[in-house]
Amino acid sequence: MSFFVDSVIMFTSQVLFFGFGWLFFMRQLFKDYEVRQYVVQVVFSVTFAFSCTMFELIIFEILGALSSSSRYFHWKLNLYVILLVLIFVVPFYIGYFVVSNIRLLQRQKLLFACMVWFTFMYFFWKLGDPFPILSPKHGILSIEQLISRVGVIGVTLMALLSGFGAVNCPYTYMSYFLRNVTDSDILALERRLLQTMDMIVSKKKRIAMTRRQMYQRGEDQNKQTGFWGMIKSVTSTQTGSENLSLIQQEVDALEELSRQLFLETVDLQATKERIEYSKTFQGKYFNFLGYFFSIYCVWKIFMATINIVFDRVGKTDPVTRGIEITVNYLGIQFDVKFWSQHISFILVGIIIVTSIRGLLITLTKFFYAISSSKSSNVIVLVLAQIMGMYFVSSVLLMRMSMPLEYRSIVTEVLGELQFNFYHRWFDVIFLVSALSSILFLYLAHKQAPEKHMAL
Amino acid sequence: MASLDRVKVLVLGDSGVGKSSLVHLLCQNQVLGNPSWTVGCSVDVRVQDYREGTPEEKTYYIELWDVGGSVGSASSVKSTRAVFYNSVNGIILVHDLTNKKSSQNLYRWSLEALNRDSSPTGVIVSNSDYDREQFAENPVPLLLIGTKFDQIPETKRNEVLTRTAFLSEDFNAEEINLASQTFSSSKASVDCTNPRYLAAGTSNAVKLSRFFDKVIEKRYFTRDPSQMTGFTDRKRFNFKSLHYD
Repeated sequence: MSFFVDSVIMFTSQVLFFGFGWLFFMRQLFKDYEVRQYVVQVVFSVTFAFSCTMFELIIFEILGALSSSSRYFHWKLNLYVILLVLIFVVPFYIGYFVVSNIRLLQRQKLLFACMVWFTFMYFFWKLGDPFPILSPKHGILSIEQLISRVGVIGVTLMALLSGFGAVNCPYTYMSYFLRNVTDSDILALERRLLQTMDMIVSKKKRIAMTRRQMYQRGEDQNKQTGFWGMIKSVTSTQTGSENLSLIQQEVDALEELSRQLFLETVDLQATKERIEYSKTFQGKYFNFLGYFFSIYCVWKIFMATINIVFDRVGKTDPVTRGIEITVNYLGIQFDVKFWSQHISFILVGIIIVTSIRGLLITLTKFFYAISSSKSSNVIVLVLAQIMGMYFVSSVLLMRMSMPLEYRSIVTEVLGELQFNFYHRWFDVIFLVSALSSILFLYLAHKQAPEKHMAL
Repeated sequence: MASLDRVKVLVLGDSGVGKSSLVHLLCQNQVLGNPSWTVGCSVDVRVQDYREGTPEEKTYYIELWDVGGSVGSASSVKSTRAVFYNSVNGIILVHDLTNKKSSQNLYRWSLEALNRDSSPTGVIVSNSDYDREQFAENPVPLLLIGTKFDQIPETKRNEVLTRTAFLSEDFNAEEINLASQTFSSSKASVDCTNPRYLAAGTSNAVKLSRFFDKVIEKRYFTRDPSQMTGFTDRKRFNFKSLHYD
């Protein structure tokens, strides 16, 4: 009976998550596009729903809600469904929509989509070879094979995003990095932009008028071909079209300049708005947070380096360690079991919520930047795939943040994976990503004032 | 040569609806081979004969300013874009017939362009609301162009046409619907915007000429010849009786 009740609870929450994913898709991602293929929306919402259910199960694990056998059952069920979606459904639809966009292959859409899927499976399988992620006791068709590979991809993604986020966050929040931009700078740049546009317009007028006169005179605009044509073109003066191509080259150069000026002006406007924002109360608050974040980020990079250099893998989670420290060094006595449960609940909850929110925001920004009306379906499915893999691996990595008694369910469900490998891999990629982001931001920051001063 | 009079017409619409292809077609009478994202603004010039075939025929330059981007862009992009909206004499609104959202966004596009120009006439425009009255009294002529008409399945065409008819009423504008690709099975051409649809003599070409003539008249032939921008004079010269039959 309790199993039935638990299942009903799980199902209701899954429907809720599905609805949330649906709304997010409609309101945020596909704000400017019309949804013509509802399959895409359904697949996205399903992926989101099952990923969130996994997080929910972790929370239930910590809180001790629902009976342990039904929890285990739902874990397994959820895992199978999500692997099915991530490995079979989403890649197949990605292949299908990519093939639909290519006109030559319209006839045999299904066939080509299957071919694309098989190629994906081949590379997916090959991915597991260079990594020591499996113990030899696993068979070839076990679930651990799939999870381990999904885990590798997801952990790489997580580490890349965290590394970049850890560096970018203080850079964006702190006003120390803001360049000084005045209104007159912006006005000067805008004036230059308009002058360039005027020059382009006057050259284009010349081209249009010359073309019109040539057309009216019945001159042959195309170059004469053939042997006699070449001889003729040497002797007669084709000044009309020569002039045109010269002016056209000048116009192309001016257009490139106008694009650059436009982008610079946008950049300056954005900086000016950030300066104004930093003077408000909210801005000051974020500036303050930025200092904390930068310390935290430096600490994380430091810890990642230590872990790699000293080949150290943390054995205890932060909650237990924190409690140990307070009990042993500060001498405060309190009920360890009670508090560890609540603190780990809060900590894990915060991690989950911030990672979901952070990922959705990043995905939205990414989607706006690169999507067009033709490729929006494909891109949203790719984002759904990334999201699913990200959430699966965050469950994997979260195991480290939980006290021992809660880890067992994750270990049991995910099988005997080499968890230490994943943490090490995360540290390596995090370090690489953070360092290259620092380099990238440094170069971008240095280059901008030079451009600005060259005006 | 360069001393002909000019008018400035904005071409606005969402990303990917076909503004660059349209402008290229209008100015060069050729299809655009490889359209790519428009960064900032691209301008092209069309030489137009005003009142062709009558004794008052005169040639003008029509500058078509194709402004790229989306309505939901960051405010820094919007304020930079506003630089291009100075002294506009006409606006062409382009939307994708296969995408309803692009038609809805046209209200916001037109408000963005007209707000920039709002003016001593005292037309108070609030940023998010759309007011039909304001478009009725609008001094700037509008033309509505829908693209990718041939990509709509046969069954839905009527529905789409009724929707765009409402849209053009709202804007008090003429409308033109264009095809984008020729999908015939014998040849697979990837030209965007078939020049056939705008060839001289077709009804689309007539509507286009009428629009350009209206823009030129608004700019140069209003009752008060000494005005600068054409907006300060609220009296509307009703040219409809002269052109429409």
